[in-house]
Amino acid sequence: MGERLSIKTERDEQNLFNVRIIVAAVLILFALVGITVRAYHLQVIEHDKYAELSREHYQKRIPIPPNRGQIYDRNGTLLAGSHIQYVLEIVRDSIGDENNDGKTNIKDVEGVVGRLGKLIPLTEKDVRIFTQDVKKFKYQPIPIRENLTEEEVAKFSVNRPRFPGVNLEMRMERYYPLHEVASHVIGYVGRIDEGDLEHLNKDEYLGTSHIGKTGVEASHEGRLHGQAGYHLVEVDAYGKQQSVIDEKAPVGGQDLFLGLDIKTQITAETLLKEEGKGAIVALDPRTGEVLALASVPTFDPNLFIDGISRKDYTDLNTDPDRPLYNRALQGVYPPGSTIKPMAGMSGLISGIMSPGSRVNDPGFFRLSGQKHVFRCWNKRGHGSVDLKLAITQSCDTYFYTLANRMGIDKFSGYMKSFGFGKPTGVDMPSEASGLMPSPEWKEKRYKSAWYPGDTVSVGIGQGYWLATPMQLAHAASIMANRGVRVKPHILRSTRIAANREPELIKPEYLDAVNANDKDWSVVLAGMEAVMMPGGTARGAGAGAAYRIAGKTGTAQVFGLAGGSYNAGRIAKRLRDHALFVGFAPADDPKIAVGVVVENASGSGGHTAAPMARKVMDAYLLKKYLDDAPVEPEVEKQGADKPPANAAASPAADAGVQDDLHD
Amino acid sequence: MINHILPYWLLRIFHRVDGVLLAALSLLVFMGGVTLYSATDAYNDPTQLYRQGVHFLIGLSLMVIFSQIRSKTLRQWAIWLYGAGVFLLILVLLVGVSKKGAQRWLYIGVDIQPAEIMKLAVPMMIAYYFSEKPLPPRFIDVVIALVLVFVPMLLIMKQPDLGTSLLIATSGFFVIYLAGLSWWLIGGAVVLVSIAAPLMYFFGMHDYQRKRIDVLLNPESDTLGTGYHIYQSKIAIGSGGVYGKGWMHGDQSHLDFLPERHTDFIFAVFGEEFGLMGNLVLMGLYLFIIWRGLYIAIKGEDTFARLLAGSLSMTFFFYLFVNTGMVSGLLPVVGVPLPLISYGGTSVVTLMVAFGIIMGMKRRKRVYQQEN
Repeated sequence: MGERLSIKTERDEQNLFNVRIIVAAVLILFALVGITVRAYHLQVIEHDKYAELSREHYQKRIPIPPNRGQIYDRNGTLLAGSHIQYVLEIVRDSIGDENNDGKTNIKDVEGVVGRLGKLIPLTEKDVRIFTQDVKKFKYQPIPIRENLTEEEVAKFSVNRPRFPGVNLEMRMERYYPLHEVASHVIGYVGRIDEGDLEHLNKDEYLGTSHIGKTGVEASHEGRLHGQAGYHLVEVDAYGKQQSVIDEKAPVGGQDLFLGLDIKTQITAETLLKEEGKGAIVALDPRTGEVLALASVPTFDPNLFIDGISRKDYTDLNTDPDRPLYNRALQGVYPPGSTIKPMAGMSGLISGIMSPGSRVNDPGFFRLSGQKHVFRCWNKRGHGSVDLKLAITQSCDTYFYTLANRMGIDKFSGYMKSFGFGKPTGVDMPSEASGLMPSPEWKEKRYKSAWYPGDTVSVGIGQGYWLATPMQLAHAASIMANRGVRVKPHILRSTRIAANREPELIKPEYLDAVNANDKDWSVVLAGMEAVMMPGGTARGAGAGAAYRIAGKTGTAQVFGLAGGSYNAGRIAKRLRDHALFVGFAPADDPKIAVGVVVENASGSGGHTAAPMARKVMDAYLLKKYLDDAPVEPEVEKQGADKPPANAAASPAADAGVQDDLHD
Repeated sequence: MINHILPYWLLRIFHRVDGVLLAALSLLVFMGGVTLYSATDAYNDPTQLYRQGVHFLIGLSLMVIFSQIRSKTLRQWAIWLYGAGVFLLILVLLVGVSKKGAQRWLYIGVDIQPAEIMKLAVPMMIAYYFSEKPLPPRFIDVVIALVLVFVPMLLIMKQPDLGTSLLIATSGFFVIYLAGLSWWLIGGAVVLVSIAAPLMYFFGMHDYQRKRIDVLLNPESDTLGTGYHIYQSKIAIGSGGVYGKGWMHGDQSHLDFLPERHTDFIFAVFGEEFGLMGNLVLMGLYLFIIWRGLYIAIKGEDTFARLLAGSLSMTFFFYLFVNTGMVSGLLPVVGVPLPLISYGGTSVVTLMVAFGIIMGMKRRKRVYQQEN
């Protein structure tokens, strides 16, 4: 009985056990299927994601920065180039000790730096920046000293075996061989900062440390930079390079040839420096190319390349003459009488005036029913004047009348078609739009109604009207072209490599100013007469080898209540600005010029116009003012003038003229 | 044929070895060797591969030896082995050697880890205990068995070595399960654990252990810290795709992104190089080995033999599950090697001994019967 029970128990136990094993076997099957499903999830469903992550891990792009394009003037004079700079770099993983026994000691970075410092001078700053970076990267080269001199390079090369892990690397660095010349045009490059990072294509700038900050360097950054290349390398978890998978060579930036004629540019800058502050813009009216764009004072762009020192920056920024400010594009001035030819054209186009219409100038203009008088600069009055004479003698009353008859809306409309009131669109950064006032603008800005008197002031380029020197030169070139409007541009041609032909930039035509030929002839004849005996710039026009058309202007900085103006008697900063617009040769215009001299020693006719003449001589006759052999010649020519005009000039003029040639 | 060439005693020895299981294990070890070759860059430095070969040969010898031991004999060792193990664990806590903040080793000329002994001693002890009792077990017997499990478990947890203590406890639980623990009690235990686990998380864990669980639940939260291992191994496995990157072509592992790649994380190397297909083959092979072990358990000579062979097979599965679950990001990081594939002498030897024991538990047919 007991035995049977035991047998039954034995069998029951076996059955019980079998059930347990089978249940376990099934659960184990499920569990392993679960693991397999998990693998399926990772390896099939999410495969793409992990494959990408894996690639990102072990492939690294090492960028090869492209060489920046060079900048030349129209004749191939180098304005901005790149030269080789030597940099010392240390790879922490590869440094060794002085005994050179082949053992590397990664901890002894300080020792290596110390020994290096005895050979090549290292500043405290060099060492501090290096020490910060070197902790982060074991295999990457970290620069410790930049800008090694030839002597230092030679010194290091001789001692190189003593410094395993210290490499001498070459880098391309920007430099500006002409220093302060044309610095407002060329601009400069500087280290890429936070602001730049926001808008640049990061892939293209990996490995590039500098970017154009102002001038052509900034506006043509895209052409100058080129395309970055790369080495695609396999790296391990520590960032150590294993093998090169793929590579792409960089494409160098394009070389730029500017419209600038550097000798004309130097002439313009030299002329302005004599007066202190101002701007001269010269355009080729046929193509819109900028031949000269001078803003004085200038600065040395080389200061900015490697991070300007605090002192230099403060000096530049606190200089009351504001050398960093590009007057040619950002400076806004009341255009004064320089706009009279354009105003005259608007009168003819609109039909309000005809070439023969005469206005009587008693020396002032008075709106009907009002007491206030608008004075003509000539208190005695010009008598009865037609348009040509009004331009030649710059009769204010004629243009007061014209503007008053036309009304502000029409008047601003015509002036806008001559390019006033908005940027000309030249390919340079931060061009100001100036201001062509209108009743809407006044309402918005001053919450005040537009009075007829406002229109009268605008008629002679005063009032609220503001224009940039670039706009003046642009308007002059429209006059030279008899209405054809070409957008000014600084870039003349580009070439993709030194062995390729440069490719010319095509002129871009804007909406022309339409008027019949007779009308143009009348106004242009007036402008030519300005440069001749009886005109306001007769001195500047005297003895020219070609015909010149122009118009002078003077802009008040300081309102004189009734008293007569004498440049010699008031503070320099309160003196009037002298202005001039013009072009030459009048019968075949090749150069159009806008001149603004801030706080000038004389009027537009006596200060600004002779400068324009010298710029024209420089460009057309190659009479440059850049060096000693050329300068006396120009001066002699200038000195010839006063006797020729002395008779026609008011007494004060001779004195001013003399000032100019002191 | 072979019977006539080999001497009788050698024939008897080999007869006790389960040929099917040995063949499957050999295949697994071969796959392990192939993977290890890649994971240790053995073409540069084959030292570790050679060593693993030696581990396997030692394990194989011990397997053959243990396969000769009959359940009646082994049964008698159980209580001594268990007692000695517990004694050594107490010694560890008193005079043990500390490494990396854990006191797990005893120094007797070399460092030994007594917890390793308990991986075999605990299931043997519980199997021994139940083999004396009528089954299914009474409640009091279950309680006593649980005490026998918890004593070494707590001692190991104190070291601290949470992973090993859980593995050892689990091997004990498997015996209790196989002995016929009431399904109700099992259900109750499952409920209890699911309540206790969160409490354990908040009150019973070291910070590093808690962090491992946090990372498991949200691995991307810490891809450079604790999550780095799991993140990298998931990338390795996932980037392997269906057919893998090919042997020796795992980028993740060869470029040193994958940590512990020849030990605990070797499954990621395997998955990266051999893909889903490789995983299917590997899981199939493991399943075959486990089922073969369970089959042998059913054929066990007596209750002790059945319980021991069954629980050791299930423990083998459990190691596999914990490791692959961890490497593929399903379970928290616990230091458990992939059985018979990961590099490591102790693990290989212990596992081979366990399979030797499993083989020895099979009901004996008399050798002379075959000869007739």
